[in-house]
Amino acid sequence: MNSVIPFLPLLLGALAAIVLRGWLRNLIMIVAPVLGAINLMGMDHGVFWSLEFMGYALEPVKVDKLSLMFGYLFHLASLIAVIYALHVKDTVQHVAGLAYAASAVGAVFAGDLLTLFIFWELLALTSVFLIWARRTDRAYASGIRYLIIQVLSGVLLLVGLLIFARVNNSLLFTQIGLQHEGIAQVGAWLIFFAFGIKCAFPFMHNWLTDSYPEATPSGTIFLASFTTKVAVYAFARGYPGEEILVWIGVTMACFPIFFAVIENDLRRVLAYSLINQIGFMIVGIGIGTALALNGAVAHAFNDVIFKGLLMMTMGAVLHMTGKINGSELGGLYKSMPKTTVLCIVGAASISAFPLFSGFVSKSMIMAAAVAEGYDVVWLLLLFAAAGVFHHAGIKIPYFAFFAHDSGIRTTEPPKNMLIAMTLAAIACVVLGTFPAQTVYALLPWEHSYQPYDVTHVLTQLQLLFFSALAFVWLNLKNMYPPELPSTNLDADWFYRKLAPAVVKRVAGTTYGAYVSVENSVILSVKRMVQNSYDAEAGQPKGYFAKLWPTETMVVWVAILLAVYLLFYYLH
Amino acid sequence: MLEQHLAALPIILPLIAAPVALILGRSVLSWGFATLVSGLAFIFSWQLLTAALSEGVLSYAVGGWAPPWGIELRVDVANAFVLLAVTAISTLVLVYSKDSIEKEVKAANHSLYYTAHLLCLAGLSGILITGDAFNLFVFLEVSSLATYTLVSLAADRRCLTAAFRYLVMGTIGATFILIGVGMLYMKTGTLNMLDLAGRIDLYDSSRTINTGLAFIMVGVSIKLALFPLHMWLPPAYTHAPSAVTAFLASTATKVAVYVMIRFIFTVFGIEHVFVDMGMGLILMVLAVVAIFKCSYMATVQSNVKTVLAYSSVAQIGYMILGLSLVSVAGLMASMIHIFNHALMKGALFMAVGAVFYRVGSVDIKAFAGLGRKMPLTMAAFTIAGLSIIGVPLTVGFVSKWYLVTAALEQDNWIVAALVLLGSLFAIVYIGRVLEAAYFQKLPESQGSKSIKEVSWLMLVPMWVLVIANIYFGIDTTLTTDAANSASEWLFQADAMSESKVPEGQVSENHVLEERAQEVSS
Repeated sequence: MNSVIPFLPLLLGALAAIVLRGWLRNLIMIVAPVLGAINLMGMDHGVFWSLEFMGYALEPVKVDKLSLMFGYLFHLASLIAVIYALHVKDTVQHVAGLAYAASAVGAVFAGDLLTLFIFWELLALTSVFLIWARRTDRAYASGIRYLIIQVLSGVLLLVGLLIFARVNNSLLFTQIGLQHEGIAQVGAWLIFFAFGIKCAFPFMHNWLTDSYPEATPSGTIFLASFTTKVAVYAFARGYPGEEILVWIGVTMACFPIFFAVIENDLRRVLAYSLINQIGFMIVGIGIGTALALNGAVAHAFNDVIFKGLLMMTMGAVLHMTGKINGSELGGLYKSMPKTTVLCIVGAASISAFPLFSGFVSKSMIMAAAVAEGYDVVWLLLLFAAAGVFHHAGIKIPYFAFFAHDSGIRTTEPPKNMLIAMTLAAIACVVLGTFPAQTVYALLPWEHSYQPYDVTHVLTQLQLLFFSALAFVWLNLKNMYPPELPSTNLDADWFYRKLAPAVVKRVAGTTYGAYVSVENSVILSVKRMVQNSYDAEAGQPKGYFAKLWPTETMVVWVAILLAVYLLFYYLH
Repeated sequence: MLEQHLAALPIILPLIAAPVALILGRSVLSWGFATLVSGLAFIFSWQLLTAALSEGVLSYAVGGWAPPWGIELRVDVANAFVLLAVTAISTLVLVYSKDSIEKEVKAANHSLYYTAHLLCLAGLSGILITGDAFNLFVFLEVSSLATYTLVSLAADRRCLTAAFRYLVMGTIGATFILIGVGMLYMKTGTLNMLDLAGRIDLYDSSRTINTGLAFIMVGVSIKLALFPLHMWLPPAYTHAPSAVTAFLASTATKVAVYVMIRFIFTVFGIEHVFVDMGMGLILMVLAVVAIFKCSYMATVQSNVKTVLAYSSVAQIGYMILGLSLVSVAGLMASMIHIFNHALMKGALFMAVGAVFYRVGSVDIKAFAGLGRKMPLTMAAFTIAGLSIIGVPLTVGFVSKWYLVTAALEQDNWIVAALVLLGSLFAIVYIGRVLEAAYFQKLPESQGSKSIKEVSWLMLVPMWVLVIANIYFGIDTTLTTDAANSASEWLFQADAMSESKVPEGQVSENHVLEERAQEVSS
């Protein structure tokens, strides 16, 4: 079958969206991801396109099972996000969204580091428009910070790949690993950090929680689907089985929970929960067995769908009410019953209820952790899973749709939003109920994992979740937060009470130190900007605004001449 | 007949044409005439480049007086490459300037503008292809005097102060160059560059020659606006007519960088400048400070022309940084950036000029909402802006790539990191303009309704440059081949002149030569 370059349909869709208007644009925008996905079905494994550039062999399009899986995922995600954004009358968002999806697809099919780098930068450039499209000052500032950090990640990748090009004389993107000799070691770490920034590693994650909640309601859906998942893909290809990833992943899975619990902006809660879910994937990649890697990519697949669904429901709330803070919302189930149900489906999926999509993939990672003897990791992941359940599974729907009645009366969101959310919800249920026939048939690594062969292990896990559910439900009424001491000294006390206490203290100290450094840096930058820029008048001021008198210039000429001559005499 | 004098044509033609443009008097006539002449000069320089690529160095004795006594024009790959860029930009700017000048220059001065432009072009071409140190000074003065006139032509009276400051600084720079050349002449008795190169090595530790070198370096640094001698540039670029800024930003400073390369590599020799005098370190430090300080200055300015002017000074830092690395790769990065930066800044200033043409202001506030009203102009600005940032698939990325590769080749981590960090500033200053253009509302006033896209006469040259930004970002064959053979040639030329040195130094030269070959392979 004749196929075209994978990212081409989406890119053409983006270009068409620039010129087309009205229903024609809507049609093209829906057709583009569908055609793109059909196009993928006809692709054979292997190098699809190769060329030579500056003396290096490049493989801009290389197809294998891993990239195909992410390719399908991104097309599905962009279809859902596009439908969700149809009602928006904003060319910038439509074009940027599709171009952003095309860059993500391009990145996962990149067979060499240079192509990866190009799409890496394009991801940053296209996505920032989704943040700026909110058209508020906050969103603009946040977008600039986001862009700088993203480009910084690209820059690290560039230096890393230049080093690799020099050492290995090849730019092909294969397993990189962290064990190298000499300068290649530096390159490997630079690329590692480049991926890490995009992946929102601890202390590099601020861009995510800073900018995602500032984007437009539909923009966030795009944002939550692509950037971090491309990074997960890059780790799965470049650094599978690096043990340090296990510990980084565990940290990522655990620390956002504390912030998510106290956060009021519900979309920011979801942003923290996004980091937490990526933590699971990173743990899976770090373990590196076929089961773990499969679990990681499967979880990435599921996460895009259910996190997208949750983001969409919150976006619908924001769109209809104009509010997103938990304290201002509540009681919306009366006027938005459908959205409420869809949100609960998403919440059930992220909390890994059986028959919902999060269930199997999360247990694959945890089963792999046990199989490789990472008992502590397993416990911490269990804690993280309980935390997810609390903040994403309960807090989100509870504060938005139930809790005290805020008195807001509104209606269901526009039809296209409902359709997009329903699609995602159906996907959640189908993926969870028929895993073997759907996403798990696409898994890249050969492994005879039968989700329901290990049922009893999974059931055990689920029992824990159900008890947690009952416990939290009961406490929510009068003993919030639910992590208050409970009287039974069951084994779960260790990870429900002790571990959080220790982790909290350790995390608190590290984080405190980090915050104070960060604050002082921000303060000095701010002071510098304030001294040089008059924000009200929009003009430079002081030293930076003045014109230099000719005398000063001449003095500098003399100084430079003197320096040259002095240097010569001293030399 | 023509082929025989090909080397002289890019200088002679605009020089003779300049007074004719003045005599023609009427704006449209002199515009057409000047554009035609500049186009011809472009064709000749294209032929010169092909000739230089196939035959190597072309030597032309002016007036039939053989060098070293007469004035020699020497065309090699290096200067033919820069000459091609200069004449191309000049032609595009001239096409563009018809509308732009009508808005920004008084009608009575129009033919004066075209005359000065042609004189400036003649001067720049002369600087590039002359092989005579004193003649170089003469052409530098020709182009500079024309430039002062050009800057002072704007209707806004602030341009007069800017032009005056530029005049004072430019004259000091020219004087320094003259003093330096005089010192060389005093010691060696020759002015021909090739001849000078051979003789300078005989007086290796002569104070006169070394002081002359210092004077020349400072003089050229003023001309190319190397930090901290750049202060004349931002006001001059801000207040000059937009077409003039577009022309100067993409040619005049680049030619000055070329002069520095020429003096370092073909006249004095790498050994002398970087090893004996230790100038590499000074240049590198100044370049890095220029990149950071001027990039930061650019981020806080409110006038977009000033923003771009400071950005130019920062970009010159990149060029100087490349040559201060003292390797074929570094020099190649500089040459590529000279060419690429001409493409980016030309397009950016043309877009800003188009905004001035319609809105009447280049303050950042004036850009609000223009994304809708002037989509083509702002799209051009966006693409050229991305190029400045160094986004892949644009020429900016190619420059960054070669500069970083050159730094890494010497394991110079700090420089590589600084180059990449510096490019982050560009995001902010370009981002501010883009944000205004695409995400702010058009101010509600009487005039804003009538804002529309500029005419094709302004759009076509702008977009030719924008497309060149993308084309040379993807197909890098022309730029890298030319720059590579140019820098290899410059290194060889250096090695050749060094080979005349007495025996004691041969071993060191040998090492350098070997290094150059190793690097180039």
